[in-house]
Amino acid sequence: MSSALILHPALILIAGALLLPFLRGTARSIAVLAAPTFALIALWLLPEGRLWEVAWLDYQLAPLAVDKLSRLFATIFALMAFAGGLFALRQESRLEMPAAFLYAGAAIGVALAGDLVTVFVFWEVMAVGSTLVLWSANTKTAWAASLRYAMVHLGGGVILFAGVTGHLLTTGDATFTRMQPDSIAHWLILIGFLINAGAPPLSAWLPDAYPEASWSGTVFLSAFTTKTAVYVLLRGFPGTEILIWVGLFMVFYGIVYALLENDMRRILAYSIINQVGFMIAGIGIGTEMALNGAAAHAFTHIIYKALLLMSAGAVLAATGRRKCSELGGLFHSMPIATICGTIGALAISSFPLTSGFISKSMISQAAADGHLQAVWLLLAAASAGVFLHAGIKFPWFVFFQKDSGLRPPDASGSMRWAMILFAFLCIALGVWPEPLYAILPYAVDYVPYTTAHVLTQLQLLLFSGLAFFVMLNYLKRTPTISLDVDWLYRKPLPGLARRLGTLLHGAMNAMERGVSGTLTGLADRLDAQRGPRGLLAKSWPTGSMALWVMVMLLAYLLFYYLG
Amino acid sequence: MKNEHWLDQPKNIKLLWRGFIAVLALTVLAEFVVHLHPHFEVEGLFGFHAAYGFVVCLLMIVFAKGLGLLLKRPDSYYADSEKDGGNE
Repeated sequence: MSSALILHPALILIAGALLLPFLRGTARSIAVLAAPTFALIALWLLPEGRLWEVAWLDYQLAPLAVDKLSRLFATIFALMAFAGGLFALRQESRLEMPAAFLYAGAAIGVALAGDLVTVFVFWEVMAVGSTLVLWSANTKTAWAASLRYAMVHLGGGVILFAGVTGHLLTTGDATFTRMQPDSIAHWLILIGFLINAGAPPLSAWLPDAYPEASWSGTVFLSAFTTKTAVYVLLRGFPGTEILIWVGLFMVFYGIVYALLENDMRRILAYSIINQVGFMIAGIGIGTEMALNGAAAHAFTHIIYKALLLMSAGAVLAATGRRKCSELGGLFHSMPIATICGTIGALAISSFPLTSGFISKSMISQAAADGHLQAVWLLLAAASAGVFLHAGIKFPWFVFFQKDSGLRPPDASGSMRWAMILFAFLCIALGVWPEPLYAILPYAVDYVPYTTAHVLTQLQLLLFSGLAFFVMLNYLKRTPTISLDVDWLYRKPLPGLARRLGTLLHGAMNAMERGVSGTLTGLADRLDAQRGPRGLLAKSWPTGSMALWVMVMLLAYLLFYYLG
Repeated sequence: MKNEHWLDQPKNIKLLWRGFIAVLALTVLAEFVVHLHPHFEVEGLFGFHAAYGFVVCLLMIVFAKGLGLLLKRPDSYYADSEKDGGNE
């Protein structure tokens, strides 16, 4: 092990997270920005290969392994921790930032894990970190949502654990490489991964939990869990055909629910599922072009989705409102948030000259190259739908539409700089994609800017925009939510549990009555024979003694069975 | 900043609409001069992407509206039931 001089980027960020609670003021701000920066530098100093190797039981683990794919994801996670930290500098909760850095560090840990055991360990640390981010919002709804969130993720963790254990037992090898869904263990691993990706049928955990975090917490949450899931699927299950259909389902699920939604951050949460759907469909197609596209799209998506949620967070911090039906006309007093939010909206819609254009189109291109006409048509329809539900709907209802009369102050200081940084990256990557293409896992043989591509994309998007404004009356916001699968574990299941509880309680009571009846009966008889007036012990106050003996006997019995 | 932003004036909104429609028309008319290299047959149809984008968006909105009839609830729906100790 020549690991003495090699620093693990994930551990740098986690060390930062542990240090933060002890710092105040400027020192804390410097640490917030320095930890992700050091992690990023350490990451790029690492050579490729399995850098740390540890023997554990009969298995060879590699807690630090680097190749192009893992470096790409670790890079964007560190970058996201930096911009998120900058945005959240003024967050009053003292728990949120350390929790977010623990969460980000664990995400980098998953990306740099060379074996499934390390993946699982960091996977669980991520669940803890993200739950803590939710808690730090310190509201009743966030607390309730965090419990549901933790329940889903711990459940997913158990499934993943079972899968990893099965894999270790059958193959004897812990290395995290490509798998086929050909055994129960591998199916369990795939399901564990997909739960974190927000795949059906459990997608509802995401829009249920993320929008309940603080104005800055949601920015962190949007980036890591779903994208580490994309990463592990890219490495573990490329070309698994079912993923095409899972991805396409997610794409349309996200659009339809976002169209019905009124809460601005829930719109963006549904749109995360929609965007991850594109990536998962790409992973399912599985050609080098498609995998490059999925990886590139994860990279650009983290940036523009964080930017969108930053602009929404700025609005929430300034107004305390989340519902589109209570917002509108904010461009008057929040020009920076409006412009940055609109740039994020254009990028998510894949407008030419934005980052979404140069990443998502690779997935569509891969579908065309593979002659998958149905997939291609559905992806094109979904692209139009993205513009509809996120590209126009979000900025329109929050910043424009009818004037709500609100004139909140614009985002200032660090919040503004974080938004400007990510807005700049959205445009920069769209104009100059080569640096991103250079760090993708496979060599890129793709030119995004052809006249035909730009023209067809503009047609598709602009006519979707026309459809939005033509149908505006049908899209009017109502103060409603839409039922999702979480209804099951929020309405009937708790009701069922309560009823079951009452039933059990009744049964327990009946049993108690039965037992105590027997006991008193027994005690009476004992009393009669050995009580003060009994035959065997006339002078003993054994009325209560008998009961104590019974208790001892029962305890003996209990220990006998337990032993 | 006063309430009278240039975007608040109806005549400017009308101007934006005209500009938007002009751009829409241009993107379709440009097909006369740009060769599209269609991968699939449908892609070669004149104005395919424009019509497809418009129609699928209408369909998605109509579908979402229909589903909304079934799934929409007041946004206090969960708050009411979870207050009395639901599943917290």
